Amino acid sequence: MAKMTMIEAIRDAHDVAMAEDERVIVYGEDVGFFGGVFRVTAGLQEKYGQSRCFDAPINESGIVGTAIGMAAYGLKPVIEIQFADYVYPAFDQIVSEAARLRHRSNGDFTCPLVIRMPTGGGIFGGQTHSQSPEAIFTHVSGLKVLIPSNPADAKGLFLSAVADPDPVIFLEPKRLYNGPFDGHHDKPLQSWKKHELGEVPDGNNAIEIGKANITREGNDVTVLAYGTMVYVAEAAAEETGVDAEVIDLRSLLPLDLDTIKASVQKTGRCVIVHEATRTSGFGAELMSLVQETCFYHLEAPMIRVTGWDTPYPHAQEWEYFPGPARVGEALKKVMED
Amino acid sequence: MTDTYAPLSLHVPEPGCRPGDTPDFSDFEIPRAGDVKRPPEDVDPDDIRDMAFSIVRVLNKNGEAVGDWAGALTPDELRTGLRNMIKLRTFDARMQTAQRQGKTSFYMQHLGEEAVSCAFAGALKPGDMNFPTYRQAGLLLSTDYPMLTMMNQIYSNAEDPLHGRQLPIMYSSKENGFFTISGNLGTQFLQSVGWAMASAISGDTKVATGWIGDGSTAESDFHAAMVFASTYKAPVVLNIVNNQWAISTFQGIARGGVGTFAARGHGFGIASIRVDGNDYLAVHAVAKWATERARRGLGPTLIEHVTYRAGGHSTSDDPSAYRSGDEAAAWPLGDPIERLKTHLITIGEWSEERHTQAEAEILDEVVSTQKKAEAVGTLGDGKAPSPRDMFEGVYETMPSHLIRQRQEAGY
Ligand SMILES: Cc1ncc(C[n+]2csc(CCOP(=O)(O)OP(=O)(O)O)c2C)c(N)n1
Ligand SMILES: [Mg+2]
Repeated sequence: MAKMTMIEAIRDAHDVAMAEDERVIVYGEDVGFFGGVFRVTAGLQEKYGQSRCFDAPINESGIVGTAIGMAAYGLKPVIEIQFADYVYPAFDQIVSEAARLRHRSNGDFTCPLVIRMPTGGGIFGGQTHSQSPEAIFTHVSGLKVLIPSNPADAKGLFLSAVADPDPVIFLEPKRLYNGPFDGHHDKPLQSWKKHELGEVPDGNNAIEIGKANITREGNDVTVLAYGTMVYVAEAAAEETGVDAEVIDLRSLLPLDLDTIKASVQKTGRCVIVHEATRTSGFGAELMSLVQETCFYHLEAPMIRVTGWDTPYPHAQEWEYFPGPARVGEALKKVMED
Repeated sequence: MTDTYAPLSLHVPEPGCRPGDTPDFSDFEIPRAGDVKRPPEDVDPDDIRDMAFSIVRVLNKNGEAVGDWAGALTPDELRTGLRNMIKLRTFDARMQTAQRQGKTSFYMQHLGEEAVSCAFAGALKPGDMNFPTYRQAGLLLSTDYPMLTMMNQIYSNAEDPLHGRQLPIMYSSKENGFFTISGNLGTQFLQSVGWAMASAISGDTKVATGWIGDGSTAESDFHAAMVFASTYKAPVVLNIVNNQWAISTFQGIARGGVGTFAARGHGFGIASIRVDGNDYLAVHAVAKWATERARRGLGPTLIEHVTYRAGGHSTSDDPSAYRSGDEAAAWPLGDPIERLKTHLITIGEWSEERHTQAEAEILDEVVSTQKKAEAVGTLGDGKAPSPRDMFEGVYETMPSHLIRQRQEAGY
């Protein structure tokens, strides 16, 4: 066990995967010599050589498209999209190709590919460094979508993503790279190195894809969250005194419906939190599933707390970000009924 | 018959110089100023293919303007150009520091590349539209657009014309021919072609300019822009600013095996030229030539401005991690401000004293403007645009779901 930031944990996960399997190939914009703008891949080129970790031309469609070719050949590419906000040029390759290779060729060709991208806001990145496009990917059949909330999960889920035989979208909440963030932006950053969740197991700690994690037990309301919002939800529960159970979904697709169901059937109430825009967001899917599976247990209408349906603003970042005050209000409101 | 082949290996281009190495630009071929001839505007692109491999240069080592691209600008115009470049550099330095002081979140400067956008600006006419990247603020600062408004945008304060919605420096001014900057690389290169096609469809004589960095030429949109520009002979000038670096990635990663970025134009039959991007006179002359071609319906031009990004990529970047700190000083095309200054002095139209005085005047103007902007507000000091503004302007008429969300938000 060692204390690591999330960046170090994902880097360590690359190291483990590359050492274990020489088919793992890592590339993306600025990923080679420099080690990526967030330094996730720092040192890998030096250690594994230029043909296993290298810089890509700035062409997201090209990065994904070539990775699909490599994956179909039998390699295991792990590619970085510099920010999730820049994945759209690669959309056709991801949606029409990576996601469907297996199905349309009846397994003749497959696509074991990991597409990593920093996601989410809270860093004054404006509309081009803050987006949370997870629902765009969960809407596509054939993709898996993961989003860790702490260093150990990041490493373990990453390793499972690399081992997975199908394409995985690996979303990295950039606001959590260096420490947990509960939405209280005035508070100084607490480093993962000083946090119990900064503890990362050595070696291969693969965490099974599709398993949620209850990060706070409670009896009165279930909060479904992922990424940065896990800490916001926990803070809101502490601050309101509502006996909330917080579930960190970790894997949006496949989804751990059993854990969600068991919790909502116990609490009878459900609040869903995400940073992405509301309309057709992943919260809508969660609400449908809870409705379909827990209707007779619900004691109050479910509530979604989300980013507003606007582009992610620069100056109004904290009015946009669904912080602990807004989540807290939802917790109180859902308890009124 | 049995063939035996050696195992293949992946070719990954590497720059000649990394931290700790001594920069060496001896492979970089630089023609003498004046060597490249100026063809007529209606030249057949096929007849100037060599221009994509050479470099148009006007200012020689002694500061003289030589060759047939020279002579387009009066001393007054040159002094204005010099002042604009000094203004841009001063503005950048102040805003860069303001970011360090926490007055805004982010900044990107033009250090070493000032001539490209400042000299190009002078070749345009009212009604033309630039589709700039984040590194062509000279196209705006060289017009009558108020510097104060630019600073208000950088500070996302209550008088920011974009209401705090956009990242600092992502300006927008239709009136001043400056298309709203997106931040997503390459997208706008293609839009510039569409704007130019619209001018042709409408029977106007306006031209558009597209702008893209060396690294971003790898984007598919760059290539799509060239197809559309060549198919429809769009009245557009497509500019590549080759400042040698794309964050930590050297230009060879985007360029691959092709000799130059300009040569990309040949496959599309587009007139393609390289120009010394640190030579104010050369950039201006080539810009005039290309805009004239466009305006006369002679077709698109692809220009590669050869320059060097002397500063970091942005305030989030530390270039010492990936390139030699001596590289900027070793860059063989020099500094654009120094070169124009020397030229003006050489022709007896400027002096060290006037230069020092101009620098002081400009600094005064920038500092006093900055004070005004900071009196209005800086990022995070509470004097921000209203949160209501974030709900406005998503659509012309706010749909009911956004009205509900705005009310829910309490604004
Ligand atoms: C579609 C897209 N991909 C990636 C980025 C991240 N990014 C911002 S600037 C940059 C480098 C651009 O280099 P270049 O085109 O040479 O322009 P320069 O910054 O040198 O002016 C990158 C990769 C982005 N903004 N948009
Ligand atoms: Mg560049």
